[in-house]
Amino acid sequence: MPGITREEVAHLAKLARLELSDGELDHFAGQLDAIIGAVAAVSDVSDADVPPTSHPLPLTNVMRPDEVRPSLTPEQALSGAPAQEQQRFKVPQILGEE
Amino acid sequence: MTDIIKLTAAETAAKIANGELTAVEVTEAHLARIEAVDEKVHAFLHVDREGALAQARKVDEKRAAGEKLGPLAGVPLALKDIFTTEGVPTTVGSKILEGWIPPYDATVTKRLKAADVVILGKTNMDEFAMGSSTENSAYGPTGNPWDLTRIPGGSGGGSSAALASHMAPLAIGTDTGGSIRQPAAVTGTVGVKPTYGGVSRYGMVAFSSSLDQGGPCARTVLDAALLHEVMAGHDELDSTSIDAPVPPVVEAARNGSVAGLRIGVVKEFRGEGYQAGVMQRFDESVELLKELGAEVVEVSCPSFTKALAAYYLIAPSECSSNLARFDGLRYGLRTGDDGSHSAEEVTSLTREAGFGPEVKRRIMLGTYALSSGYYDAYYGSAQKVRTLITKDFEKAFEDVDVLISPTTPTTAFPIGERADDPMAMYLADLCTIPSNLAGNAAMSLPCGLAPEDGLPVGLQIIAPAMKDERLYTVGAAVEAAFAARWGHPLLEEAPAL
Repeated sequence: MPGITREEVAHLAKLARLELSDGELDHFAGQLDAIIGAVAAVSDVSDADVPPTSHPLPLTNVMRPDEVRPSLTPEQALSGAPAQEQQRFKVPQILGEE
Repeated sequence: MTDIIKLTAAETAAKIANGELTAVEVTEAHLARIEAVDEKVHAFLHVDREGALAQARKVDEKRAAGEKLGPLAGVPLALKDIFTTEGVPTTVGSKILEGWIPPYDATVTKRLKAADVVILGKTNMDEFAMGSSTENSAYGPTGNPWDLTRIPGGSGGGSSAALASHMAPLAIGTDTGGSIRQPAAVTGTVGVKPTYGGVSRYGMVAFSSSLDQGGPCARTVLDAALLHEVMAGHDELDSTSIDAPVPPVVEAARNGSVAGLRIGVVKEFRGEGYQAGVMQRFDESVELLKELGAEVVEVSCPSFTKALAAYYLIAPSECSSNLARFDGLRYGLRTGDDGSHSAEEVTSLTREAGFGPEVKRRIMLGTYALSSGYYDAYYGSAQKVRTLITKDFEKAFEDVDVLISPTTPTTAFPIGERADDPMAMYLADLCTIPSNLAGNAAMSLPCGLAPEDGLPVGLQIIAPAMKDERLYTVGAAVEAAFAARWGHPLLEEAPAL
């Protein structure tokens, strides 16, 4: 399988919401290329007729009765918020100005 | 006078229960020890002196009032900083959560408090539990009490170092690829990764949800069992929590024996990269098990050779998704919110400033493995390897009761040696990762010091899922036999701090 280029790492960083510096891009590109080269060993089994395992347990949805029960107060829920207003999380502008 | 800090958790609990010691005395002795040596070791990120003493007073009052005490009442514990603690900082070793005070307790935290355990504070760890040396902590490394210039293992290096330096008789870790067992191995302590689903993950900051598992760390097998029993069991707040009774681990730890057991030596865990002294102690352990009446056979698990590769696709993939929640909007760090950046830009600037290099590497690696065009080749193949590894275990456990191997290929390496060489660092978890991928139970316990460097070596025992008690049956027998041979606990040989 092909290795990973600096440009691809820059693209991944953008997808992953990481504002990497140029120095970090240089540094990580080489390291990620080496790691990907090593983990590519799994591709030996890519064509094998083996079911994938995503989890050690057979997962099923766990439901509870839909009833009111104690939970965090708004003050508790907002206690770690970087900014808040009117019992809400205050965030930077999300939509463009019209 | 008995040195309080050298007592086991079982002894401490018994002395508090019979009035020989008070919980406050015990807590103060450990706080004094922390005060005296943690400047050198740096096992703790936060010491909760007031909270610990308040809990200790409560235990003493309960006893005075004749109320029933928990099995570990008054015993101090060091809690890995990955579990939320109401009103007490929880950082996960990351700048992105610096100063965060959780508004709720993790289920594990809650159960410890309910069992009258005294939580001394929060221990250092690799950021988001990603690492094998605790060097990836944003708050600086922890030293190994056997040699402060060496790593105490990771990610739970703070917990293992606290035990080995007698700052606490009990600690809690989490094990995604070996983060309980490898630190135990390199510090001469005991660590157990319970069966996946055995211990609630509620309030345990997620790294890789299908692999993460909390577990007990201690200086003896019995102490680990007592803690295991307190922290384990079904929790309706974790949908992957197993709804079945906790395996009888304490009973097993009190009745150690290997007579008549069939024990498998994993053939693949040996060879290039394994330190000679580690293999020497491991081979001696095999001989010891035979002397104790076990039948030891060699077992082949060919897919284990691909476990590391599969793990470094699966864990980063899950982490890239799990860590998306750190967006700088609802809690934790926020950077660049000066009116000139959009929410998306603030998120990117926050994550850049808040995450360290290993976390960034893994997020990008996971993003890559999950991207369209690569998904089948990488993540899909890794999931197939996971199936093959599970099948290898199933086949092995048809023939043997438990499997054994060295816990980690080398003893503690010097701080800095592998810090910027991810692949070299990843090799530390070569023998521990398969159990995380399959979700079964595993323990590390001391089996001696490597002759070439005088540092602890760990013996790993692996049991089928929900057969955790086998770890303790075998572990207790091995521990007792080694204690008889050495004449004292291994930690007695550690240099004074």
